[in-house]
Amino acid sequence: MGEANELLLWAKGPAFEWALGIMIFGIVIRLIEIFSLGRRVDYSVARENSPGSGLKTIFSRSYKVELSTPQVTRTVITGYIFHIGLLITVALFIPHIEIWRSIIGFGWPGLPTSIVDFVAVITMLTLLVVLVDRLTNPVKKQLSTIGDYLAWLVTFLPLLTGYLTYHHLGLPYTEMLAIHIISVELLMIILPFTKLIHSVTIFIARWYNGDQFARKGVAS
Amino acid sequence: MMVMGIKGNQLPEQDREETLEQRLKRQGVSRRGFLKFCAAAASAMALPPSMVPAIAAALGSVTRPSVIWLSFQECTGCTESLTRSHLPTIESLIFDAISLDYHHTLQAAAGQAAEEAREMAMEKFKGEYLVLVDGSVPMADGGIYSTIAGISNIDMLRDTVENAAAVISVGSCAAFGGLPNAEPNPTGAVGIGDLMEMGEIASKPLINVPGCPPIPVVITGVIAHYLTFGTIPELDHLHRPKSFYGDTIHDRCYRRTFYDQGKFAESFDDEGARLGWCLYKLGCKGPTTHNVCATTKWNEGTSFPIESGHGCIGCSEPKFWDAGGFYEALSEPTGALGTAAKTAVGVGVAAGALSAWQNLSKRSGAAAEREKVTIDDLEQK
Ligand code: SF4
Repeated sequence: MGEANELLLWAKGPAFEWALGIMIFGIVIRLIEIFSLGRRVDYSVARENSPGSGLKTIFSRSYKVELSTPQVTRTVITGYIFHIGLLITVALFIPHIEIWRSIIGFGWPGLPTSIVDFVAVITMLTLLVVLVDRLTNPVKKQLSTIGDYLAWLVTFLPLLTGYLTYHHLGLPYTEMLAIHIISVELLMIILPFTKLIHSVTIFIARWYNGDQFARKGVAS
Repeated sequence: MMVMGIKGNQLPEQDREETLEQRLKRQGVSRRGFLKFCAAAASAMALPPSMVPAIAAALGSVTRPSVIWLSFQECTGCTESLTRSHLPTIESLIFDAISLDYHHTLQAAAGQAAEEAREMAMEKFKGEYLVLVDGSVPMADGGIYSTIAGISNIDMLRDTVENAAAVISVGSCAAFGGLPNAEPNPTGAVGIGDLMEMGEIASKPLINVPGCPPIPVVITGVIAHYLTFGTIPELDHLHRPKSFYGDTIHDRCYRRTFYDQGKFAESFDDEGARLGWCLYKLGCKGPTTHNVCATTKWNEGTSFPIESGHGCIGCSEPKFWDAGGFYEALSEPTGALGTAAKTAVGVGVAAGALSAWQNLSKRSGAAAEREKVTIDDLEQK
C-alpha cells in the first residue's frame, strides 16, 4: 500500500543516488577523453602576451554577440531567455536550494515562489518557440539529430512536471513530485552523453579559444 | 462509559436493542440534545448542516452494532487519542451508540473471559460486526512476535475478520504498518490492507484512518458515518475517507502565504520562526501529507503541530518513518550522495583512463601505419 509514497521515496533515495553517480561518471569520462586528446605543440611565437584572455572569453562570448540576421536575433534572444530561466528555476527556487545545500553543503537566498513560477512559464514558452524554430527552419532542421530533440525533451520535462507539481495539476501532489524528480534524474543521466554536456564543456572550450586567439593576436 | 461488564462486555439484551435516541433519552438526554449530537456527528463527518435531519432519522432508528477492537503491534496511542478527548463529547456519545464488545485496554474482563467475549460477539453477530484494528501485524517467523492469549496476531485477525461486515484500521500502524514496519522491519510488520491484498485475511470493506495517532474526531466521524448510513464513506486510493484526507496539510496551512512569498524559518528560534513563517526548510512534510489537522486541529480545536511551531512529520502517510529525516527539507535527497559521488568519480577516472589509452594507442597505431609520401612519390604522379 502507498505506491505513490514508495515511488517518491525511491525517486528521492536510490534513484537520485544513481542519477548523480551516472552524471558525475559521465562528466568525468568525457572530460578525460577531451583532455587526453591533447593538441600538437605550437612552435610559433605568441603574437602578444595577453594573460587572462581565456578567462575573459568565457564571459565576453556571452555578451559580444552580433545580431546579424532576424534568424540569429531570434536564436540569441530565445537562447538567452530560456538559459536564464533555467538558471533561476534550478538555482533560486527555495526547495531546489535545499537540494543544493544537501549536496554541496551550503545554500543561498532564493526568490519568492510566485516569481519562479512566472519565470518557469516564460521558460517553457520560450523552449516551445525554440522547438518550433528548429522544426521549421530548414537549416536547423537539417542539422538536428535525434540527440538534439532528446536534449530538448529532457530539459522541458522537468519544467513541465515541476509546474504541474507546484500547481497540484494532473496527478496528486505526491505522485507528481515523484515524477518531477524522476524527470530531473533523466536529465542528469542523459546530460553527459548528449549536447547538454556543453553546460560543463562550454567553459573549457571558450577558455581554450580565447587563449588560442590571443596567441594569434586577437585577444579578448 | 466504556468500561465493560465483568463477563466480557456483553451488554444486557434490551440495551443492545435500544436505538441511540431511546438510549440517550433513558440517560436523560433530550430530543434537543440528540439533535445537537447529530449536528456534531455531521460536522465530524464533514457533512453540511442540511444533513442533520437525515442523520437524526438514521441514528434514531439504528440499533447498536457490535464492535470488536483488536490491538496488535501498537503503542495504545490511538486509543489514548480517542479517550483523551474531554467529556462529554461526540466521542463519548459515539461509544454509547456502539457496543464495544472487545477492547484490551478498555474492557474490564481479562484473560479467558475477554477472549470469550470476542468469540461470543463473533458468533452472535456473524457478518454484522465491525472490526477496528490498531497496530500492525508481524508476519516474520510465522507471526510469533506478537501474541494475545497464546494466539498470534495474524491468526486472531484472520479469524475475526472472516465474518466481519467491515474493517476500520485505526492509526498508521494498522493502515500501513507504521513504526514497526520502518526499516529494517525486524518483525515483518504489515498493515491490514496489505494482508487483504496478500490474501492472508478475507477481503472486507476497509477504511483506513491513519495518523500517529489519528485525530479523535476523525475516528469517531468515520464510525458515525458507518452508523448513520450503513455504508463506508468515499475513500481515496489508500482507503482513507476523502472528507478527512482529501487535502494536504499544505493546502490548508495558514502559513502557506509565507511559503508562496519565499519566507522561511531557518531555525526554530530565529526571527522567521517568531514571525510564524513557513517551516518547509525545517523539514515540514505538509505538502505530501493528507490529513485534516490544519482545520480540525487537536485538543478540542486548540492548535496543530505547525501552529505550535513544528513542521508536519507526515504521520498519516505510508512509510513516514523512512521518508527522510523529520528535520530535513522535503525536497532533499535521502540517499548517500557523498558515497555515490566519490564512487562515480573513481569509476569515471578509471573508465576515462582506459578510453584515453585506447584513443591514444589508436592514434599512434594510425601514425605508425601511415604510408610516408616522399617528394619523389609526388613527382612521379
Ligand atoms: S509550514 Fe508546512 S504545510 Fe505550512 S506552508 Fe509551510 S511547508 Fe506547507
